[in-house]
Amino acid sequence: MSQTNNAFDKAEPIEHESAVSVRNVSKNYGEVEALKDLSLEFPRGQLTSLLGPSGCGKTTLLKIIAGLLEPTSGEIIIEGKKVTGPGPDRSFVFQDFALLPWASVLRNVSFGLELRGVAKSEREAVAERYIKSVGLGGFEHAYPHELSGGMRQRVGLARALSVDAQVLLLDEPFSAVDEQNRRKFQEDMLELVRTENKTFIFVTHSIEEAVYVSDQIAILLPRPSRVSEIIRPTSFRGTGVDNIRRSPEYLDIVDQIWASLRNYVE
Amino acid sequence: MTVYGYKLPVMSSLLLWGLLWEIVGQTGWTFFIPPLSEVLVTLFNVIGTAAFQKAMYETAYAFIAGVFFAIVIGVPVGILIGKSRLLDELILPWVNIFLSAPLTALVPVLMVLFGFGMKSIIITTTLFAIWIIILNSRAGVKQINRSLVDMARCFGASPLDAFFKVYLWAAMPEILGGIRIGVIRAVKGVIIGQLLISIVGFGALFELYSNNFMMSHFWAVLIVLFALAFSLSEFLAYLERRVSYYAASR
Repeated sequence: MSQTNNAFDKAEPIEHESAVSVRNVSKNYGEVEALKDLSLEFPRGQLTSLLGPSGCGKTTLLKIIAGLLEPTSGEIIIEGKKVTGPGPDRSFVFQDFALLPWASVLRNVSFGLELRGVAKSEREAVAERYIKSVGLGGFEHAYPHELSGGMRQRVGLARALSVDAQVLLLDEPFSAVDEQNRRKFQEDMLELVRTENKTFIFVTHSIEEAVYVSDQIAILLPRPSRVSEIIRPTSFRGTGVDNIRRSPEYLDIVDQIWASLRNYVE
Repeated sequence: MTVYGYKLPVMSSLLLWGLLWEIVGQTGWTFFIPPLSEVLVTLFNVIGTAAFQKAMYETAYAFIAGVFFAIVIGVPVGILIGKSRLLDELILPWVNIFLSAPLTALVPVLMVLFGFGMKSIIITTTLFAIWIIILNSRAGVKQINRSLVDMARCFGASPLDAFFKVYLWAAMPEILGGIRIGVIRAVKGVIIGQLLISIVGFGALFELYSNNFMMSHFWAVLIVLFALAFSLSEFLAYLERRVSYYAASR
């Protein structure tokens, strides 16, 4: 049904506008060049993965896009505006969840809206909706230490979604989550990208994960950090969550990426 | 602890020491140690007297005011120097000096500066308590998870919101630990203040009783003071346990 429609849509390449543009960004820490003259476009409404070996500057780039770090030179443009710091157009999902351990799931998810001064009843209504949509219905009044790693990250995801930012930044969101939960998350990500109409920027070190969830994969290589390749899978997007890992193109891309990364793994 | 299969209630060792006190007192070995039973009888007689209640009021007033200022100044200062490298460089050496300095030696200076009244006693109490509160609040803020700070910035927290909704709570286990130790030091501060600056409150009672060799009165007031300090410390330890569930998972 919708999956076949999707496959048809993706069959012919569509020119997508960028929601986020990274232009000639460099970042130095003293003598060390973390990023050098890096440019990259992130198409609107799609998921782009930043993939690379450790030390390739992928998290640094994500934090620069988030406005948490300032680039030494270059600029980030989001919907035509230059980034000067964190803003309501972006939200962030953290590798270690970054939940308030003294606050319930409900307060954690509504915390972004609380900081924006949204009234309590209104923000809790929004939060409850997103808690249900990430599959945590019934846990509204639980505390983070009572939840498993996978459930905690669902709280982090619901918090990021509830502020309704156009760009979602995810920093290795599933690396602290067990394998089975990670697979479920990856399937849910595909669904989110399809339904939420947001731009997702996804940092990962897992090749399979990147190929599985991404519309576009940017391979970053270190020393000096740069974008070495941009891969856009075409055939298996929208063929359904169960068929992706069996697609020949999926397997080819995984092998191709491994071939270019293997020299950089110590 | 269990003895021969019987589970002893907590603090039952106090009974043993109390018994020893009673025996030593009954032998009449020294006037300095009257029997515990006599001390307890005096205790209940003394508590009702106007002199005791006045002393209690004066001590509580100075103590509560002193601890109040130590907390409302100490916690924000600790959080600020924990967050700002510059302020840390400026203030931390002084905090460490005052933490280990013999503050009693400073009391005469305070008397010159602030007079011989309640004001000096309150300031002495604050000075005894504040340094460890600053140091612990600073340590609490220093260990806040980097990503919690990033989270607050990402979701647009104003500096005030970040302080009251994130940093303060994230540092709460350490802050409460500092307040507990600070309060214990404040008990010392308020009594030393009362003895050295102006003879009021419990300090005056101690002075009166020991100068007149009223040993059972002396011990009675001391027991009251110990019991108050101990209960206060236990209450704060209870608050600390209330937040300890998240101390390990921040």
